[in-house]
Amino acid sequence: MIQLENIIFLIIAGLGIGLFVWQIRKIRKNILMGRDVDLSDNPSERINKTLLVAFGQQKMFKRMLPAVLHLFVYVGFLVINIEVIEILIDGVFGTHRVLAFLGPLYSALMFINEILAALVIVACAIFLWRRNVTKLPRLATGVEMRAWPKMDANFILITEIVLMLALFAFNIAGLKLVQMEGGEVAGSYPISQLFVNIFGDNPSSLHIIERAGWWFHIIGILAFMNYLPSSKHFHIIMAFPNVYYSKLWPKGKFTTNPAITHEIKAMLDPSYQPPAPEMDTEGNPIVQRFGAKDVEDLTWKQLMDSYTCTECGRCTSVCPANLTGKLLSPRKIVMDTRDRMEEKGEHPAIFAPNHYKELGVERVQTTDEKTLLRGYITPEELWACTTCNACVESCPVNIDQLSTIMDLRRYLVLEESAAPASLNAMFTNIENNGAPWAFPASDRFNWAEELYVPSKN
Amino acid sequence: MAEMAANGEEPEVLFWVGCAGSFDDRYKRVTRAFVQILEHVDVKYAVLGTEESCTGEPAKRAGNEFLFQMQAITNIEVLNAYNIKKIVTACPHCFNTLKNEYPDLGGNYEVIHHSTFLQQLINEGKVKVKGGEAFQGKRITFHDSCYLGRANDIYEAPRDVLAALDADLVEMKRSRANGLCCGAGGAQMFKEPEPGKKDINIERTEEALATLGTGNGVIATACPFCMVMMSDGVKNKEQEESVKVFDIAELIAQAEGLTK
Repeated sequence: MIQLENIIFLIIAGLGIGLFVWQIRKIRKNILMGRDVDLSDNPSERINKTLLVAFGQQKMFKRMLPAVLHLFVYVGFLVINIEVIEILIDGVFGTHRVLAFLGPLYSALMFINEILAALVIVACAIFLWRRNVTKLPRLATGVEMRAWPKMDANFILITEIVLMLALFAFNIAGLKLVQMEGGEVAGSYPISQLFVNIFGDNPSSLHIIERAGWWFHIIGILAFMNYLPSSKHFHIIMAFPNVYYSKLWPKGKFTTNPAITHEIKAMLDPSYQPPAPEMDTEGNPIVQRFGAKDVEDLTWKQLMDSYTCTECGRCTSVCPANLTGKLLSPRKIVMDTRDRMEEKGEHPAIFAPNHYKELGVERVQTTDEKTLLRGYITPEELWACTTCNACVESCPVNIDQLSTIMDLRRYLVLEESAAPASLNAMFTNIENNGAPWAFPASDRFNWAEELYVPSKN
Repeated sequence: MAEMAANGEEPEVLFWVGCAGSFDDRYKRVTRAFVQILEHVDVKYAVLGTEESCTGEPAKRAGNEFLFQMQAITNIEVLNAYNIKKIVTACPHCFNTLKNEYPDLGGNYEVIHHSTFLQQLINEGKVKVKGGEAFQGKRITFHDSCYLGRANDIYEAPRDVLAALDADLVEMKRSRANGLCCGAGGAQMFKEPEPGKKDINIERTEEALATLGTGNGVIATACPFCMVMMSDGVKNKEQEESVKVFDIAELIAQAEGLTK
């Protein structure tokens, strides 16, 4: 029977979902600030990768303990969502446990749900412990781990625990009520069974607890959903498209700029006709910067990377530059990209980007320029990169930190000629004598003079 | 190569020597060791000699896409003029760019790294590593090159080559996909490191030395830059008497009795 309660529920659910859609549109707009790039090739290979890396969490299993704990939370999230569907249907139509007709299947589902909910609580508690008590370096240190990212992570973990507790309250009170009425229990509740008496046996208060648990859980979920776009927790959505669109060719292959190829070919052969430049909607040629100075010079995939980042710090913890005390932190590059994108484009509902200098971190010598380069990421960080791909390899959601570093470097060199002096010397050597060192090209074959080949007879 | 072309011949494989292999005194020894192996197995090979020029790889990693493409397009003209189909090189940086980045600019070749080439020779029985016993009991640890390993997923070929020796292969804690860079990639070879608390090659050498333990040992590399960085690291730790840094081609040439 549809009552006032159901109408209130409908309004709240509608508002929650509407707000979420509104936020997603803003994020879409931000990502589309990036340069266009066609990544629609090889759909079957991409689907495979998505199944393995995103659904299968393949790369998480490089580190066993967090992988298993994360798996609890991940599977818990997926399975408990089935119960959320039931909650939504119950909420709209005023039914109670509408899926109970599934019989043994429903019992099994509720059983698994309870076990998973308990495991989620355990996993989140251990995660909180690792962040705040043992202070795992990759989670607790780094210039980019400012107040907001730390608070964000803790907030999510606590929220997840509270949501699970609300679910248990709902289950326990409901179970006790049914038992008191002598009715048949729909579903199987191994954990709630253990705590079935904690709320006493007053039917009206049990009823209130049951309803409160239900409302808290569903409103909590709607609120949480709307928190996602401001949070590192957005990865639960973005991981899937981001892995789908990840790089399929060998990690060592860096992008080639065709505009430069045309320029060189025209230089070497005056009869060479480069293709006409692309036009924008008003018929003006699109002039592309060489490399990236700001977020719109990066591709939409690189911007999507930054919305996918879960700030786990695996990349930074394996970065040879970071390990040896240099300023570079691949995670910071990705987080900076997101902050700058939201400064320049649309803000999500909750989070507004903040700056390092506000926190007085002196080592990152950013300037007041309103660009990703220098305003957020300094040349010192960029030049420390060895392009070793350890960050890319380590990322569980296939972010390509290195491509962003390289595009920023290219801007420094191609548009500003701002490479370190020793690299400029290397360029000059290659130009003059075809080698990065200052040896005459005519000496290139000298190694053969001392060649000793034993007689084969 | 010019000589071969003048005689109307085409090589089975072109050996791309690379700048380090041509100019770096230490790496010239690797070039010679590899050529000795090529001679030994009677493969029809050629080198470009003075017609070879930098692939442009360090320029590209340093962000100078323009210079890279200049070099690449010029090299491709030379390679295509000689109708080159297969290239082998002892440098993972040359290997990576020739294999992965030259095709976009019109250079399509079968490119293999010398570790894979040596692995094939051993598998085919052309190199028998008959002197492998000399390595018995010797501890060797292989340092993964980023541009061979993570960049191109070649982890087993150099290890298979080393396994042909009768040595005691030990792995560093960070190896294969988790290998730690020597610190020279991305054009770092040609500049001073940024301020930090340690140099990357020292960090890596310490790990290698800890893995090898006391006594004599070998750090095996398959990259000219790794060779420089690890050798410098060993010197810095004053271990050059007991720990040697060799390229895998040198070890095979030694075992095959090809070096003086």
